[in-house]
Amino acid sequence: MSHLIALPVLLPLITGVILLLLAGKGFVLTRTVSLVSAGLLVIISLLLFYTASSGVIQVYAMGDWAPPFGIVLVLDRLSAFMVLVTSVLAFFAIWYAASTMDHPAYNLNGLLHLLLLGVNGAFLTGDLFNLFVCFEVLLLASYALLVQGGGQERARAGLHYVVLNLAGSSLFLIAVATLYGITGTLNMADMAAKVANLPAQDAPIVAAAGLLFMVVFGLKAAMVPLYFWLPRAYSAASAPVAAMFAIMTKIGVYSIARVYTLIFGDHAGELANLIQPWLWPLALVTLALGVIGVLAARNLRMQVSYLVIISVGTLLAGLALNTAEALSATFYYLAHSTWVCGALYLIVDLIRRQRQDGSDAIRTGPSLPQSTTLGLMFFVAALSVAGMPPLSGFVGKLLLLQSATTGYAAIWLWSLVLLGGLASITALSRSGSTFFWRTTEVVANTQKASLLPLAAALGLLATTPALALWGEPIIAYTDAMAEQLLNPGQYIDSVLRHTTVGGNP
Amino acid sequence: MELLISIMIAVMTACGVYLMLRSRTFPVIVGLTLFTYAVNLFIFVMGRLTSGAPPVIGTAEQYADPLPQALVLTAIVISFAMTAFVLVLALRARAELGNDHVDGKQTGESQEDRV
Repeated sequence: MSHLIALPVLLPLITGVILLLLAGKGFVLTRTVSLVSAGLLVIISLLLFYTASSGVIQVYAMGDWAPPFGIVLVLDRLSAFMVLVTSVLAFFAIWYAASTMDHPAYNLNGLLHLLLLGVNGAFLTGDLFNLFVCFEVLLLASYALLVQGGGQERARAGLHYVVLNLAGSSLFLIAVATLYGITGTLNMADMAAKVANLPAQDAPIVAAAGLLFMVVFGLKAAMVPLYFWLPRAYSAASAPVAAMFAIMTKIGVYSIARVYTLIFGDHAGELANLIQPWLWPLALVTLALGVIGVLAARNLRMQVSYLVIISVGTLLAGLALNTAEALSATFYYLAHSTWVCGALYLIVDLIRRQRQDGSDAIRTGPSLPQSTTLGLMFFVAALSVAGMPPLSGFVGKLLLLQSATTGYAAIWLWSLVLLGGLASITALSRSGSTFFWRTTEVVANTQKASLLPLAAALGLLATTPALALWGEPIIAYTDAMAEQLLNPGQYIDSVLRHTTVGGNP
Repeated sequence: MELLISIMIAVMTACGVYLMLRSRTFPVIVGLTLFTYAVNLFIFVMGRLTSGAPPVIGTAEQYADPLPQALVLTAIVISFAMTAFVLVLALRARAELGNDHVDGKQTGESQEDRV
C-alpha cells in the first residue's frame, strides 16, 4: 500500500503547523517554507495524477481499519485531477502572496496551507462525515483568510459568509445523520451499495436527505438562489486569498458530481438520478444571473466574481446533462475556469496597485506605469474566460456544447452559454478599454510591479494556453474519468473489498 | 420518549431558524447556537433511543450505537469553535462598522456608501 495518497493531506497540515509556530519569525523564512511546501505538493499531486491515470482505484485505510468501519482515502481519476488543479492554483497564489511584501499578515501562509488541508481532504475522502469535517476545516481557514487585513468591507462580507456557511454546515449534519440513521453507514461506497437495495418505505427519507445535500453543496458552489454571499465576499478578500477561493466553488461542484454519481447515480434503484430534474433549471438560472451581474458590475473584482458565478452555472449545466461527454467537458472546463479566474484576481490586483487611487472601479483614470504588460495579460485572460479561440475556455465550451446537440437541452444550453460568452466579452472589453485606453495623458505616479508577482500571475495565466495545447491527452484523461464516474461499480468494489495490512476483521 | 425528543428538536430548530433571520448579530448568534444544539441532538438520536445500555460492544447484552456518540462529539467541538469565531467576528464587525446590524448599516441609511 502506497502512503503517497495521504501526503496531500499531511503535507499542508505539517506545513500549516510549522508556519503557525514560525509566525512573526521573519518574512523570508516563512515565505520560503510555504512556497517550498506548495511546490512539493505540486510534485506529489503530479505523481498521484500519473498513478490514477492507469485507472486503478487506490484505497488507503486510515489507521488500518478495514472499510466500511474505518476512515478511507480513495484515489480515483476524479480526486487525483481535483488535487492537481488545487495544488497548481495554490502554488501560484502562494507565490504571489510571498512576493507582494507590503502586507503584515503574519498568519496568511499558515492559513493558506490549512485551507489546502481541508480542500485536499474533501477531494480524497471516501467517507461522508469526513467530507463534513474537511469542509469545516477549509471553511474555518477561509473565514480567517477572508477577514485578514481588516477593514469595513471585509468585516461586513465576512459576517454574511460565516453565518450562511454555519447554517449550511448544520444542514449538512442533518443530512449525514439522516442517511446514517437509515443506512447505518457513513462510507460512501457502502452507502451506495445500501441505497441501491433500499426498502421502498425508506426511500422518501433518503431522498429528503439527498436533496438536503444538494442545498448544502449548492451553497458551497454558489448555485441559485444561494450565491448572494459570493460576489461581495470574494471581492473583499485580498488577491492571493481570492485567487485561492477560485477553487472553493468547485468543491461544491465536485461534491455534487461525487455524491450524485456514486450514491444517487444510475444504479440507485428507486432514487436513481435524484437531483437531475432540479439541477438543470437551477444551473441555467445561475448562468443567466451571472451574465446580468457581469454586465452590471461597477468594479473589476466584482466583475471577476460574477465570472466565477457564470463558470459555476456552466459547470452545473454540464453535470445536469449527465452523459459521459458532458461530464468530461465539465471537468476540462472546471480546470480552465479555476485557473483563469485565479489568474484574473491576481491581474486585477496588479492593476489596482498601479492605479493612482488604488481602487478598481471601472472609470477613467491616469494610465498605468506598466499598461502594456498588464493590458496584454488582461487581454489574454479575458479572451480565455469569455471562451474565445484558441484558448482553453473555447475548447471547454465547445466540448460542452457538442455534448448537447438535440432537443430542449441543446436550445437552452447553446443560447445561454453563448450569451454568457458574449456578455463576458462585452463587459470585459468595456472595463479593459476603460483601464488601458480611455486614460488621461498622465502616467500614474505609482510603483511598477516587480518581476516576481508578475511571474506568478503569468504562470497561472500560462495554464490556459497549456490546457489548449495539451488538450488531447487531457481530454482523453477526462473522458476516462467520466467513464469511471458513471460506472461506480469499480469504486464500490475497490473500497469494500479492500483488505488491511494487518488483516484485522 | 421518541415523541418528546422529536418535539424538543422541532421546537429548538424553529426557534433557532427564527432567531437566525433577525437583523442584529446577537440574536443571530443565539439562533445559530440553538440550531446547532438541535442538530447535535438529532445526530445523537439517529443511533436509535436505548436507555440504560452502554455504548460499548461486547460488555452487555444490549448496547447503544456508539458511532453517533462519536460523531456528535466531533460536531459539538466544531460547532463550539465556529460559534466562538462568529462571536469574535460579530464583535469586530461592531467595532469596524459602528453598529450591530448584520448588513452593517442602520435602517434608513444609504446602501451606496461603498463603490
